[in-house]
Amino acid sequence: MSDDLYKTLGVKRDASHDEIKRSYRKLAKELHPDLNPDKPDVAAKFSEVTAAYDILSDAETRGKYDRGEIDAKGHERPQQRYYRDFADAPEGAKYYRQEGFPDDEALHDFFADLFQSGGSGGDRRRSYRMRARGADVAYSLTIDFLEAAKGAKKRVVMTDGRSLDLTIPAGARDHQTLRLKGQGQPGFEGGESGDAFVELHIQPHNIFERKDNDIHLQLPVSPAEAMLGGKVSVPTIDGPVTMTVPKGSNAGNTLRLRGKGIVDARSGQRGDQYVHLKIVLPKEAAPEVEEMLRRWQADHAYDPRAGWGESA
Amino acid sequence: MKTLTEVVIAVGRIEQAELTRWVELGWIRPSRSPEAKPEWLFSDVDEARIRMICDLHRDMMVEEETMPLVLSLLDQMYALRHQMNALTSAVQDQPADIRDAILARLRSSSPKQPR
Repeated sequence: MSDDLYKTLGVKRDASHDEIKRSYRKLAKELHPDLNPDKPDVAAKFSEVTAAYDILSDAETRGKYDRGEIDAKGHERPQQRYYRDFADAPEGAKYYRQEGFPDDEALHDFFADLFQSGGSGGDRRRSYRMRARGADVAYSLTIDFLEAAKGAKKRVVMTDGRSLDLTIPAGARDHQTLRLKGQGQPGFEGGESGDAFVELHIQPHNIFERKDNDIHLQLPVSPAEAMLGGKVSVPTIDGPVTMTVPKGSNAGNTLRLRGKGIVDARSGQRGDQYVHLKIVLPKEAAPEVEEMLRRWQADHAYDPRAGWGESA
Repeated sequence: MKTLTEVVIAVGRIEQAELTRWVELGWIRPSRSPEAKPEWLFSDVDEARIRMICDLHRDMMVEEETMPLVLSLLDQMYALRHQMNALTSAVQDQPADIRDAILARLRSSSPKQPR
């Protein structure tokens, strides 16, 4: 800080009252803190200049200063809180003008909200309009056994009328829930949409039964097919295939068709189809067959229940 | 909060009549209270603004007709400063890669600004 008030104001010692005033106004315009919010040091200079002007603008105090009765700091003004100290703080928001805000409407609204919050007494924790994710929605969808086993595309109509194409993965399980990201309720203020969750209900099939990734079915065969063996047609989820029933097959024997089951969603490997033989007699036995069986039973007596019920 | 009388004494270089006029012109916007007469209460920011307008008006010879323009520009500048600070601190809070991306975008756009 200069001790020479004339130097502070940039005037000569014999400057006139008007010269001092002119010089002060020029400096005040340059140095006023409220016109220079990003220059912290101007406040000190400005108060120096103002203090010098306070002394030198008054003929009486100027005389005292010139005679050395008071020094340069004699009339230093107390620390003043300038407008800029408030204008950058929350309470300053009440005077903000919004003309200079961005053209972008979303940004404009955002800042308008920000400033309104400071307007009433400086409580800045007003609830801003927050981004929020949309709500999730849940649906259930009934599909048939083959659609679940082989995979399918389904169209679902949502409650809001939108229809949604849904891919059922091959091997889908009963009560499995599919997540459709972003297909729920729309978000607020740019928040992302919620998700749609679709729970699958799989209707049972009249011949196929699923156990894990394998398929089981009961295949009716005639006594002749069982005893003599032969080729039979067996349905699978991919359509009928021809299977050989070995000679002497018994009721309840199980044959396996490898790789005809259901694709595992994780490993990608296919299960098998198990064919359980069920011997079905003709509705009416021919008399020669009955005669033959009677003779055969007399010659080849056997007890089908021998060993039955004993522990294996 | 100060009443009209109190704030005039605190500022020291303004008359009640002049300050009343400034309020009527909308340069100063005190809050209202039924107990005070006239029903105005001046906060610290109002008081600092009175001092600033005194400086502009008395010392820098900003005339009454020019004052709304000067105040409007100042109020816009402070609003924009506030907005800049909010943006800057929001950018500061971002992870480094996002910050870098924003800075790169600002650098690439600055020469292309319209004249």
